[in-house]
Amino acid sequence: MTEREGTSHSDTERVGEAAAQAENRDIDQRVAPPAEPPEQSSEEGSIGREAQLFQGSGLGRRRRRGGRGRGEPTVVPDAEFRSYYGRPVLKAPVWEWKIAAYLFAGGLAAGSSVVAAGADLTGRPALRRAGWLGSFAALLASLYFLVSDLGRPERFHHMLRVLKPTSPMSVGTWILSVFGPGVGAAAVRELVPRRWRRTWPARLLDRLARPLGLSAAVTAPGVASYTAVLLSHTAVPGWNEVRDELPFVFAGSAAASGGGFGMLCAPVEEAAPARVFAAVGAAGELLAAKRMEQRMGLIGEVYRHGKVHRLRRASEVLTLAGLAGTVLVAGRSRSGAAASGLALLAGSALQRFGVFEAGMESTKDPRYVVVPQRERLAAREARAAVAPPDPG
Amino acid sequence: MTGNRISGPLHDVAGEAGHDDHPPRVGFFTDTSVCIGCKACEVACKEWNAVPEDGLDMLGMSYDNTGSLGANSWRHVAFIEQPRSTGRQDPGFLGLPTGPTGTSIMAEAVGPRLRDSERGGSELGTGPLDAPKAESEHPVQELGMPAFARPGDATGAEGRTDFRWLMASDVCKHCTHAGCLDVCPTGALFRTEFGTVVVQQDICNGCGYCVSGCPYGVIDRRPHDGRAQKCTLCYDRLHGGLEPACAKACPTDSIQFGELDELRERADRRLAQLHELGVGEARLYGRDPDDGVGGDGAFFLLLDEPEVYGLPPDPVVPTRDAPSMWRRAGAAAAAFALAGVGAFVSAAIGARR
Repeated sequence: MTEREGTSHSDTERVGEAAAQAENRDIDQRVAPPAEPPEQSSEEGSIGREAQLFQGSGLGRRRRRGGRGRGEPTVVPDAEFRSYYGRPVLKAPVWEWKIAAYLFAGGLAAGSSVVAAGADLTGRPALRRAGWLGSFAALLASLYFLVSDLGRPERFHHMLRVLKPTSPMSVGTWILSVFGPGVGAAAVRELVPRRWRRTWPARLLDRLARPLGLSAAVTAPGVASYTAVLLSHTAVPGWNEVRDELPFVFAGSAAASGGGFGMLCAPVEEAAPARVFAAVGAAGELLAAKRMEQRMGLIGEVYRHGKVHRLRRASEVLTLAGLAGTVLVAGRSRSGAAASGLALLAGSALQRFGVFEAGMESTKDPRYVVVPQRERLAAREARAAVAPPDPG
Repeated sequence: MTGNRISGPLHDVAGEAGHDDHPPRVGFFTDTSVCIGCKACEVACKEWNAVPEDGLDMLGMSYDNTGSLGANSWRHVAFIEQPRSTGRQDPGFLGLPTGPTGTSIMAEAVGPRLRDSERGGSELGTGPLDAPKAESEHPVQELGMPAFARPGDATGAEGRTDFRWLMASDVCKHCTHAGCLDVCPTGALFRTEFGTVVVQQDICNGCGYCVSGCPYGVIDRRPHDGRAQKCTLCYDRLHGGLEPACAKACPTDSIQFGELDELRERADRRLAQLHELGVGEARLYGRDPDDGVGGDGAFFLLLDEPEVYGLPPDPVVPTRDAPSMWRRAGAAAAAFALAGVGAFVSAAIGARR
């Protein structure tokens, strides 16, 4: 006890000095974030330091307004807010990079299955074979990523106990359960060695592969877009606040990667539908991502700075390059098609990692929780103030 | 079946969850104005529920060395030092040379550690924080040697401030519309007959979705165990007709357990009393059934804004927007399918030309 008292004595003395520098400041007051980047303001004395700490804005390197001299328009005013020692309000997701990798692999599986089923129906054997094998490999990777990210991987099958419409993960589990067998059957058919082709199991598989593959292709749009709801249906500001646009970003990204994979693996003369699919997907992804960025509020800070920004900018460049290559050269040159396909695949993957990372970052700072909620409350109060009194 | 199944006020939560003949909904009313920060609730909770230790650590957050709720902290007492008094209360420092609070120094000690840790400090209450990465970047905080002078002597009267200590025991809110429960894909999280929300440890497979689904940042996954953990409102004790361990241990009745309807009335009376006594800043948090989570099963009387205690000012259950999110996803899926069909149709037309 004496130790505690002693410590608090000297604490108070030290604070006394600080207080002399910054007269009449009151930690209970709302303090605006320092105008300077925190690296500099830490030398400015205790007000700057304190403001940082209570704003949690030491994280702020990546979110200074108009940072890095890119001349971005400032749409978000500096918001003041209070916090508990700068501690986050929300828990950062416990998910690792594997979930971001799943977002990509799941999208690729969905996109490739559509390409493969279409190729099957229109007599393009090389595109069909590449599509089903790519879809199956991506699906197996997806399952690995999903199961190994669980806290108790051996209990993965507990997902199959229930179907819960309020849980996008449960809905997604069942979508994948419908999607998976069709892809598996169609892909295994492609793998049957020639000398076994005439055996009865191979002939049965031959007959089942098309309807099962088509059932997978019909489910594929669900696989491609549900992952957006999976992320948005959380309290994570970086995912929840982009809920209107994210399904289009992810569906476009899935189509771009599926088409891109077809372009990479199938000969140019068979890959025409894959090129159209990839181009439409890439254009859709780029447009939806732009729209998403324009409509973001405060959370745009997370998307426009640091690692998230680098990932998504690289994704944008690769997707744009892939789109241009798809339209201009992929129909004539095999190597041009392969390069465009690779660029689209990489762009799709980086988009997923960027969005995933944005969500993680947005939970580490109380700012992205407190400020929008405060604004919501203020708007509600303002509405209540102007609303006409209830007659009755 | 009633309306408001995914958001909005819902009176019979247990009935809505399928319990036909159930006891009344119970919860906590935590009146922070009488909390003395003894942490008996934290200790009682850990002992009764056999919650493992979350790492002995000096955080630099006043007397709070727990940090936050987490997998290994189902009660968390927050300490906030403020240079003001509560209502017309006499802080008892009249004539004494008190100085301002040490909050800024303390925040400097914990700030770098929060920023350097992998999950930005979310792991507080679950495991210890790492030490700052580079000592040169974040030098060790010098707290000074114990001094013989009285606090504030050195600065004189003009450096003196009022002082109050806000203490609040935080806990899982057992929301009417619980984000964690809604998103759980295994059914491990369930609504009990008492209207509370509990994780079934033999079902949970550690998918971690509840961690991101909770708008309060309460539930977390326990490292090495891999399953999600949070307050059960002592489900086992409720079955035995006992009140939860934390409420039982609370020496000032800051934590009050009871039927939710009765607690709400009691809280309203207490709020009116405090306002009469001049404590205008007193407010109820989580009491309103019209809020974003349909009201909390565990609600609070606070003496400052919720974010000062680390609570979200206007939490909303993500499920509220689920219908619109699925509509958008459906539209995106349709566009995706159309692009797929269109690609092959256009290729066929192109080939015919």
